[in-house]
Amino acid sequence: MNEPVSPNTIAGASDAPLSSVEKFLRDTSLFLAPDSAIMNNHGLEPRTALEEACIAKESDPRKLELVRERLLSGVNESFEMLENMGAAPGAKWGDCVSAVYTAAGDLSLASTGGVVIFCNLVQYPIKFVNKYWANEPTVGIREGDVFLVNDARYGQAHNTDQSMMMPVFWDGKLVAWAGATVHEGENGAVEPGGMPSAAEQIWDEGLKMPPFKVAENYQLRRDIVTFLQNSVREPKLQFADMKVKLYVCRRIEQRIHEAIREYGVEAIVAALRTNLEDTDAEVRRRLSEWPDGTMSHAWWTDGTLRENVQIKINLKLTKKGDTLIFDYRGSSPEFANRSNNSLDITVKGMLAQLFLTFVWPDIPRNQGVLSPMEFIFDTPSILKPSFQTPNAQSMMSVFTAWSIAQVCVMKFIHQVPTKYTRVVAPWFNMINTFLFGGITQHGEMVGNVCADINGMGGGALADRDGQHSCAPIFATMSDLGEQEFIEEELPFLQLVSKKLMQDNQGFGRNRGGMGYQMILAMRDSEAFGFMLTAIGSKFPNVPGLFGGYGCPTYPLSRISGVDVFEVMKTNPGAFRYTIAELMNEQPLEGAVYSTHPMFIRYDFARRGELYMIAQGTGGGYGDPIDRDPQAVIEDIEEGLISADVAWRVYRVVYDKESLVVDAGATEKARAELRRERIAKSKPFDAFCKDFVKAKPGAKVPYYGSWDDPAMVYAGSPEKIRPAGQANPPIMLPHPLEAKIAALQAKLDACEAEKAKRG
Amino acid sequence: MKVFVTDALTIELDTERWHCARCAHDIAPARANYKSGLLVREREPSEIHAPIIDPARYEFTFAPDPDWCRILEYCCPNCGRLVEVEYLPPGHPPAHDIALDIDALKAQWAGRDRLAAPVLGPDFIPPPHHDH
Repeated sequence: MNEPVSPNTIAGASDAPLSSVEKFLRDTSLFLAPDSAIMNNHGLEPRTALEEACIAKESDPRKLELVRERLLSGVNESFEMLENMGAAPGAKWGDCVSAVYTAAGDLSLASTGGVVIFCNLVQYPIKFVNKYWANEPTVGIREGDVFLVNDARYGQAHNTDQSMMMPVFWDGKLVAWAGATVHEGENGAVEPGGMPSAAEQIWDEGLKMPPFKVAENYQLRRDIVTFLQNSVREPKLQFADMKVKLYVCRRIEQRIHEAIREYGVEAIVAALRTNLEDTDAEVRRRLSEWPDGTMSHAWWTDGTLRENVQIKINLKLTKKGDTLIFDYRGSSPEFANRSNNSLDITVKGMLAQLFLTFVWPDIPRNQGVLSPMEFIFDTPSILKPSFQTPNAQSMMSVFTAWSIAQVCVMKFIHQVPTKYTRVVAPWFNMINTFLFGGITQHGEMVGNVCADINGMGGGALADRDGQHSCAPIFATMSDLGEQEFIEEELPFLQLVSKKLMQDNQGFGRNRGGMGYQMILAMRDSEAFGFMLTAIGSKFPNVPGLFGGYGCPTYPLSRISGVDVFEVMKTNPGAFRYTIAELMNEQPLEGAVYSTHPMFIRYDFARRGELYMIAQGTGGGYGDPIDRDPQAVIEDIEEGLISADVAWRVYRVVYDKESLVVDAGATEKARAELRRERIAKSKPFDAFCKDFVKAKPGAKVPYYGSWDDPAMVYAGSPEKIRPAGQANPPIMLPHPLEAKIAALQAKLDACEAEKAKRG
Repeated sequence: MKVFVTDALTIELDTERWHCARCAHDIAPARANYKSGLLVREREPSEIHAPIIDPARYEFTFAPDPDWCRILEYCCPNCGRLVEVEYLPPGHPPAHDIALDIDALKAQWAGRDRLAAPVLGPDFIPPPHHDH
């Protein structure tokens, strides 16, 4: 057995001797919860003594760049392994990442592909391991140890992700950490698939792994693996991906060791550290090029995934000198028994993704990018909830927090003369896809998510349209998955797959990239079902930019009481291949047609019933009537827009047969529309006098601030309180209980009426 | 010196005024909310995002719910160009979305070259393809 690492070699494990009080507290702590000193610090750890000594010896930037590139190629190789060997659907289409961390735990090198937010958040559990397990006689950190974490509160995006962390030693000293994260999906939560919207308490969210040791001497502990397998619906997946992540970490370790043999350990430690410091310095330099000032933006999500309510996410983004301050105060209070709350670390990690992929894609992918940034939240609130508040569906608030930051950042950088990428309108940001679970046609129990989560439409750019169903906001290099491959493993077919939906467009001079429609039906299983976990059926999910429009809203459409596979056998001509035709023509006899919000709880599906949704469009850029009329015609030719949109939104006059634009008539019609705008509009102050109300209306349950970020509403115009106030907690009734209560009230009224009539 | 603050708006640093990027109309003081010099109208959201499935038969139609969402269109009072589109709950105060430190802006641009148009930024150039 190797000796455990000396605490003196790790930052975070205190170098100074403990006082008697500190020792008493350490030895008598009943429960090691996430450490606020770790969790509230997204910046860089101070240089360790080892780093100081290594940088003193190795400071030639050319050599350090060689080392950095060498290590990065090793990390990228490990990412390829992760994608190709990973068993989880998420691993197969790029919802994973691998990375190298400093010995103190800072993320220094993330793989070029993959999800930056994942590895950005692994800094926290590594720092926890360094601080609490290095000196703990029953745990320790030794060469060949491997740690695992999935509890978001210790540092993950949400509990469906699992991160493995392996210390890398050289000559008995801890010199780095290797890490690998996969969106595993299934985690034993109250609903299958790992993202339970039905979770009313954190204990409904499935596995709650703080950072803990799962392997010694590079061997997984079979007793621990068995415990984890026994806790989830996909035991084979759990075991397979633990092995995959272990070998991915070993490959990173191997490449680090090889680099050390070639360049010396000092060069490796110095390269990992200076990569962070150089990134911090370069980000500060680039921020200095931005104008000083404040950009403000709010947006509203329209549900908790269990009911439709209006939830404000509020941002003031201030840039001063070389610092950027994200002030999210005035956002909604936390929901004590709903899972749509996001941890603040998740917001920060997503914002790292914003800068590293949408603003400065040339910057090394590490956490130094966030070092010059500050964050302010109401505590507790929907973006910084209490410790025991559910957060499994954090995407419902963090993606909106991300999108409004994207708008604010674009308003800062449009004027900057030196750009590192192009200004882009908001990307579509919601997980319009299906989660599934049950017994497959092969008799396997599964629970996971469809790859269509990655089909979000790209925002329009200053000089071109956005790309259709391009990539998710959290992973610009990912994949949509092979539908046929998925159908071999799972008992449902997408009868319509990857077909762009007409008029589902973010209108603008340059239009957003559009989203495709999905029409699926289950077969070949007696026990299989779906759930949906998206918002945006009443209030759109993203805006446009500079006069462009945002996305529309999205419903779930269902056709039940029919077996479409039998229809295909007996009357295939009755089927239609778009949601609009199926719902508007109602061609399937005897079927029931209905629409719903984009969230439904997990429930068994019946053979051949249709579930239909569309992926979203990115926002448009600029005034739609400045769009090149020929580009509008091309969209008509490709079936992307209807004649109605071509006229109503884009004001293009053309010959309906030949599709030839009448340039003169178009210009005349557009000039007329501009005059109409002026005639029908009011000066801003006069408009506000009529439009602005003192408080939210009573018709829609409203959460968050109105005109004063210091005061927030909690569901009605009468319930107002200081932001950050925890009590009384916001507890919403179970939707079924609410429905029963409403029906009971109706029944009671009928009974009373009946009694009155005698 | 003209600063291209958005696609639709510029600031003239010498006069400290917001201008329309399309027709150069003088909109408002640069230290004030540019919206104060624009015209606004409220749109029923389905006028923009029209229902894709039949609103007579279905509750959710791809069109935003007017009880939840209103769309404000801001246009130049001179040329009618759409400058900004804002999605709000009914009655919610519009945002003062751009508040620049004009003194800092002037100091920053004192050391920069005058631009004729906003800078697009680098284009994506695919790496050389390796053929056999």
